[in-house]
Amino acid sequence: MTTRFPVALRRIDPAVATAFGCIVVLLLFGSLYSREFVSPEYLLQQLKVASFLGVIATGMMVVILLGQIDLSVPWVVSTGGMMACAATAHGEFGLILAIPFGVVCGIGLGFINGVGVAYLRIPSMIITLAVNAVAQGLMVAYTGGFSPQDSASAAMRFIATGKVVFGIPNALIVWALIGAGAVFLFTRTIFGRAIYAIGNRERAAFLSGVDTQRVVMIAFAISGGLSAFGGVLLAGYASKAAQAMGDAYLLPSIAAVVLGGTSILGGRGSYLGTVAGVILITLLQSILSVMQMPEAGRQVIYGAVIIGMLLLYGRERLQH
Amino acid sequence: MSDWRYRLAEQRGTLLAAAIFLVMFVIYVGNHPAGFTANVVQTAANKGVLLALLALAQTVVVLTAGIDLSLGMLFILTNCLGSYIITGSPPTAMLGVVGVLLDGLACGALNGAIVIYGRLQPIVTTIATGSIYYGLALWLRPQPGNSDGFNADIADFMTGRLPDGIPASVVALLLVVMVIWLPFRRSAIGRAVYATGSSEVAAYMSGVPIRRAKFVAYCLSGLLSAMGGLFVTFITYSGEASYANGGTYTLFSIAAVVLGGVSLFGGVGSAIGAIFGALAFRTIGDLLFVFNLDPLWQPLFQGVVLLVVVCIGAARLFRIRNRLDLFA
Amino acid sequence: MDAAIPIFRMEGVCKRYGGVQALEEAALNVHGGRVHAVLGENGAGKSTLIKVMAGVVTPDKGRMTLEGREVSFADPAAAMNAGVVSVFQELSLIPDLSVADNIVISNPPKRFGLIDRRAQRRIAEQALARAGGEDIHPMAPVRDLPLSRRQIVEIAKALARSPRILILDEATSALTAADVTKVFAVLKRLRSEGLALLFISHRMHEIAEIADECTVFRNGCNVATYLAGTKADNEVVEMMIGREYSHVFPPKAAHRASNSPPILEVRNLSWGQRLRDISLSAAAGEVIGVGGLDGQGQRELLLALFGVLKGVTGEILIDGKPARIAKPRDAKAKKIGMALIPEDRKTEGLMLPMAVGANLSFAALDSLSRCGIIDRGAELKAVEDMIKLLNIRTDGLDVPVGSLSGGNQQKAVIAKWLMVTPRIILLNDPTRGIDVGTKQEIYQLLRKLAESGAAIIFYSTDYAELIGCCNRVLVLYDGALKRTLVEGEITERALVASALNIATGKIATDQREAGARPAFDA
Repeated sequence: MTTRFPVALRRIDPAVATAFGCIVVLLLFGSLYSREFVSPEYLLQQLKVASFLGVIATGMMVVILLGQIDLSVPWVVSTGGMMACAATAHGEFGLILAIPFGVVCGIGLGFINGVGVAYLRIPSMIITLAVNAVAQGLMVAYTGGFSPQDSASAAMRFIATGKVVFGIPNALIVWALIGAGAVFLFTRTIFGRAIYAIGNRERAAFLSGVDTQRVVMIAFAISGGLSAFGGVLLAGYASKAAQAMGDAYLLPSIAAVVLGGTSILGGRGSYLGTVAGVILITLLQSILSVMQMPEAGRQVIYGAVIIGMLLLYGRERLQH
Repeated sequence: MSDWRYRLAEQRGTLLAAAIFLVMFVIYVGNHPAGFTANVVQTAANKGVLLALLALAQTVVVLTAGIDLSLGMLFILTNCLGSYIITGSPPTAMLGVVGVLLDGLACGALNGAIVIYGRLQPIVTTIATGSIYYGLALWLRPQPGNSDGFNADIADFMTGRLPDGIPASVVALLLVVMVIWLPFRRSAIGRAVYATGSSEVAAYMSGVPIRRAKFVAYCLSGLLSAMGGLFVTFITYSGEASYANGGTYTLFSIAAVVLGGVSLFGGVGSAIGAIFGALAFRTIGDLLFVFNLDPLWQPLFQGVVLLVVVCIGAARLFRIRNRLDLFA
Repeated sequence: MDAAIPIFRMEGVCKRYGGVQALEEAALNVHGGRVHAVLGENGAGKSTLIKVMAGVVTPDKGRMTLEGREVSFADPAAAMNAGVVSVFQELSLIPDLSVADNIVISNPPKRFGLIDRRAQRRIAEQALARAGGEDIHPMAPVRDLPLSRRQIVEIAKALARSPRILILDEATSALTAADVTKVFAVLKRLRSEGLALLFISHRMHEIAEIADECTVFRNGCNVATYLAGTKADNEVVEMMIGREYSHVFPPKAAHRASNSPPILEVRNLSWGQRLRDISLSAAAGEVIGVGGLDGQGQRELLLALFGVLKGVTGEILIDGKPARIAKPRDAKAKKIGMALIPEDRKTEGLMLPMAVGANLSFAALDSLSRCGIIDRGAELKAVEDMIKLLNIRTDGLDVPVGSLSGGNQQKAVIAKWLMVTPRIILLNDPTRGIDVGTKQEIYQLLRKLAESGAAIIFYSTDYAELIGCCNRVLVLYDGALKRTLVEGEITERALVASALNIATGKIATDQREAGARPAFDA
């Protein structure tokens, strides 16, 4: 009898395989354009950039596995970055607590999402939209409409841009740690098992004695926290926060999760796929900028590639 | 007697949205420094009609239990296209208008084709196609502006004022509702759209043409978005490929639809409710101006009001006595 | 059987789903002016047969002829246009549309290109009257109607299509006895008008009343066709299961009096209008049945005990001490130890796309883990043991549980709950739609569980089960406990009488009225 995690299928998920295959194709294509594209330094740089998206996509994956969506990512990311920077202006104590403070703000916003979806049964699409608007309102009011003036703490800069181990960027290590945590959560914990169950059939999970509402609420809190943490990293990378810093991360995070084989309807997907999806999207954006493709062309190609790949392996089965 | 009871129950969401809007509008006009003048009404109308058209477009797709996240980008695309081709003499300019509408139809058809024949989920499909539409818009109009020979007369005609101070935009909206929405709703394909959204399985077993219904819904949505794009072109005389605007309008259209009593799960609601939802949503923003609150607080105010309104829908939960009803 | 040319013929039809051959050279002849019953266990192919006829699925091989012409249906619309109309078990009504909208859904009357609502209403009212649904308002939204009314609307909808062949797939399963009588009157009239009727049901007594000829399906093919009434029930059941049928229930243990308080005691349980003042007690080792006509509160009683309903009043005592059960999680707790095998295994008992192993361990994860982290070794062993114990036939632990047969799925649900070693086991019609072989296994299992000290409360629509398995039967009527039958008192006659809320003397006429006296239910 197999001793592997009983939920995963026996073979390798074709979606994950295809995603990694596409990464290879992209690298080959890039190398044709410029040798530098496959150099270790460049690849590491890409992985570092991918780390930010990776952290945010991890939170998005938790929510999508439930069969929900989190559209509050843009301004929760910004809130995380801005609040972390804001804390640094409050003396010694503020500097130390900057990162946790930013993350806690995200968790708080996530909790509002969670309560709305789990207990008030509001469709996640609309409540996360509303929370996004509220977060935006709060940040606009806080900064008075100007760009945030506070700068990132040294710790923030360290984890986002430093290199400690063998020249590997810290941001990548951070993503790896969070990813390991996610994998552990999904495969080895009751909470993770419950997430898959709820995404498959919440009714059955409820009747099996699981407190499904609490699981959903906590999942959204986690997503909020991870989005905010992504904002903290981004702020550390740029040494300060910016007004709409999270806007560019909403659609890519959804796309990364889905391209990695996670079903948008919930209940199915592996973290390895999300990793592939994140790298894929980052590489794609990078190739397009190396080719000096104008923004218009980039947008079109970006959309077309996503559709193309999904048509390869993301199609729903024929019902009849 | 019971006939009326059923008819009322059917329109519950729409009536509620209309009530909300009326209350807000009365507060707005009542407190506006200029009062209930034609100018005030016209400015409000222009902004409201735009969102109403987009809400109409989103409603048709949401009724099939889908969602269109490319709506804002399609609106931007048609706006830019309009600024490009509505030029020259009135006949050529009219051709340009037709061209824009056809473009909307084509993009809607693309969305529909990928969802139906590609069998991809609407949410991811429209995220991707939105990107494509935005790219095309940016290619057309890297900088905001319009083409030489832009025919401003048509534009003025559509956004001006009729005698008696009624804004032409409101008349146009009414025409759209009467010529497009009401016949659609009462047609067999319109009912097929409702059936598909309510329960696709049951619709299939009943022989309802599901694929045709969804395709028509997406095409119609594209057409209505294009009307929105045309409208903006007429008001501003130019096209602008603003990513932020596109995103904002997509999200506003979803908020309007939900405020209007249309269920995101499909099969329930009316575009008329969505229109009221759009008008109400627009008025919320304007209420701040009227109450002399610092514009800095507007986004927060809008967000909080949206949050509160959305939570009101949860009141029905108190009536649930069997917890299994909470879950699908 | 006379030599009339069949209106509809099916020959050599084959259909394969994944690893299962659902239809194997299936054949069927349906004649006009006759009611043709189709019998068979679940998984015998009846459902697939109907779906092929109705155009819901396309066969891999074989041919169908309608009135002499060969036909093939690409989708349900094509079948309906050809005059083959079905009334399905899983209803095909659109919840958010009105009754009238639904009745004309496939072909609404039009005026100037738009739907003519007045004509639609007339058609709907006529169809409803034909189907015996005069009390249903045409403008009512379908989602507000109870299941039995919806079934009538479904029948009206089929009749409005002017069918040449009417297929009823378990169409009476949700109806009350009075409704069934009305519907049968309609069917008999249609038969005399020359319509061909295909009637699929598990209820032998209904088939005995309405059918002219019967066909038995087993393992995807037609094993016998005979005139109604020419074979004994025993013979028929044997044809269905393909082996000697012994109507055996494991022997019941004599009830041992005990000094300790009953495991479960319920006092004055009420819930709105659906449950009124119910009191009962269950001791270790007792198997208590809940009976009565459909929809009298039996399901609600089990849900109330398990903590699913809100606003339940009354007391529940476990081992003599009051207990508060506010949600299933409380009921599952060690101190109370309750388990519920729910009504619908596909949507309430299992997560179909998830693996067998994950489904089985799901309720018991707390005991298989420490601090929220699952001990995979312990999980694996526990799941393997349970599969062996219940003899669940599966292709391994990794396959989705949705690929198991109906009987094995139900065993999986039971296995899931056995893993938490419950002391009180509630079952909501556990053998509905299960093949005879698995039913026997479940009866044996329940008996063993009772002997090891569990208290079992189970709701069944099958009188034979209640008679064969239970020490006591509680008959509910309109949400209240009308009568408790103990041991020898449990007979069909008594069950029927109490279900109808009448004294035993008036049996004869009322039994016929109820039409509910299944001696053998497949």
